Amino acid sequence: MEKSMRDAFGEAILQLGKTNPKVLALTADVEPSVRLTDFAREFPERFFNVGVAEANMIGIAAGLALEGFIPFCTSFAVFVPGRCFDHLRVSVCQNKANVKLVGSHCGFSNAGDGASAQSVEDMALMLSLPEMTVVCPADGVETRKAVLAAAKKEGPVYLRLSRAETPFITKEGDNFEIGRASILRKGKKVTIIACGSLVAEALVAAEKINAEVINLSTIKPLDEETILSSVKKTGRVITLEEHSVIGGIGSTIAGFLGEKFPLPIKIMGIPDVFGESARNYQELLDKYGLNAENIIKEFEKI
Amino acid sequence: MVPLTVSELEETARKIRSKIIEMIYHAGSGHPGGSLSSTDILISLYFGNILKFDPRNPKAGKRDRFILSCGHVCPAYYAVLAQLGVFNEDLLLSLRDLGSPLQGHPSLPHADFVEASSGSLGQGLSVGVGKALAMRIKQEKEKVVVLSSDGEQDEGSHWEAVMFAGHHKMENLNLVIDENGMQLGGETMKVLNTEPLVEKYRSFGWEVYQTQGHDFSRLIATFSNFNERKNKPKVAICKTIRGKGVSFMESKERYHACTLSEEEYRKAMEELS
Repeated sequence: MEKSMRDAFGEAILQLGKTNPKVLALTADVEPSVRLTDFAREFPERFFNVGVAEANMIGIAAGLALEGFIPFCTSFAVFVPGRCFDHLRVSVCQNKANVKLVGSHCGFSNAGDGASAQSVEDMALMLSLPEMTVVCPADGVETRKAVLAAAKKEGPVYLRLSRAETPFITKEGDNFEIGRASILRKGKKVTIIACGSLVAEALVAAEKINAEVINLSTIKPLDEETILSSVKKTGRVITLEEHSVIGGIGSTIAGFLGEKFPLPIKIMGIPDVFGESARNYQELLDKYGLNAENIIKEFEKI
Repeated sequence: MVPLTVSELEETARKIRSKIIEMIYHAGSGHPGGSLSSTDILISLYFGNILKFDPRNPKAGKRDRFILSCGHVCPAYYAVLAQLGVFNEDLLLSLRDLGSPLQGHPSLPHADFVEASSGSLGQGLSVGVGKALAMRIKQEKEKVVVLSSDGEQDEGSHWEAVMFAGHHKMENLNLVIDENGMQLGGETMKVLNTEPLVEKYRSFGWEVYQTQGHDFSRLIATFSNFNERKNKPKVAICKTIRGKGVSFMESKERYHACTLSEEEYRKAMEELS
């Protein structure tokens, strides 16, 4: 089964709307793109389209949160931190405000629109903010759980979502906790640590190379224990992300393991470049080798 | 609170101004110009029965929310709160000390009496809008007052908030602009002309008031409008003098942000005694 994370988000926020009167939804004029239409129809008094004014949306959300509400701010991943960074820094994080940030269309998933709409740097920005929790679910099932969990967690949370249809690789019954990574496949030769829609590619590759696959659905705070116990067993690491190799999960894990347990590591991601238009999302992933085939090649090199 | 007479307000202002000088001198840095220009505004809001506020319980449920959007003038804000008894006056000289609740710009995690952290310009009105929206949803009768500066009118996101508040007819939202005519780089008219402010706010759907910013009777009369609901947000543009009360600091560029020398400190304190 396949579903996009934004569809899952739309369903989850609607469910939250019904169960938690404190949950509000804000958008900077991308209501249909982030699947907020049902929420807006059902709860018009708790839905705000602020217009194409992302920074103001973040400030407003901080004020709402300081008054006890749980506002979910939605825009594209490229705008949420990129356009609003200082508002996130001062109005949200320096107030420890209970604001949830939803960045949709992450990585190359908005393939046609090109560089200005493709976020290769949003995690780097979000990970650098004190107080910020950074979550990047792997599929629609996990997205729904992540949205519900974010509402329960006090403090700023960034949810990085893809626009693409992604296969279900986790199950309804699987445990999901913010701050906890999960081992989706046991293996011996290498640990592949991935997040977001690329976890599915990691699983495909893992079958061929007997790899252990960690779904790093929370990047901050980092589940150090799960990572350490896996890499002590396999002795090698590949990280995989649809994000710049600078400042994302590869940098985070390399920094952590460099200190705690140095070992051979390959960071797979988008090199230090912006995106570009493509008719097909897969073409962009292939251009930068973000696929199962290339994971196997990289494995053979380390 | 029993309303103070104008001469009592003036006496309070003199005391607050000397505290500001003392604080900035001891801290070794700070923003005297804007702190001194906004002193009478802050005193009018807090001592003129404009803000509903319990100094013994500054975050009590039924209260007006005040946000200092131009956070750099916080010495004036802190001195006013100390005068009200929110915290002990002795704390004032810890301004900018490591670990002090009196950070160089207001910080909620350091000082729980603060409604929202500030210091980066152009954000306070958005946060105020959020609070006003929340109070509207909660059907609370209280109001939000945001203090901004004329230099802050340069910030684009401030105007996003102005537009939003006008569009949504946020009648529980009030803005005060301390128009002291100067910003870090010099005179506001020369750096970036944001005039005509009155017409700008009106065209965005706001009720606009103008007043001289160092006359307590007029300030309090103007701010009294904040307690009325007019189906639109309100702004009071207050014409002030940067560095007001210390003759050699008035309208002088140097006193936007500076370290006060012992000589300057002594002279200023003499004038204010």
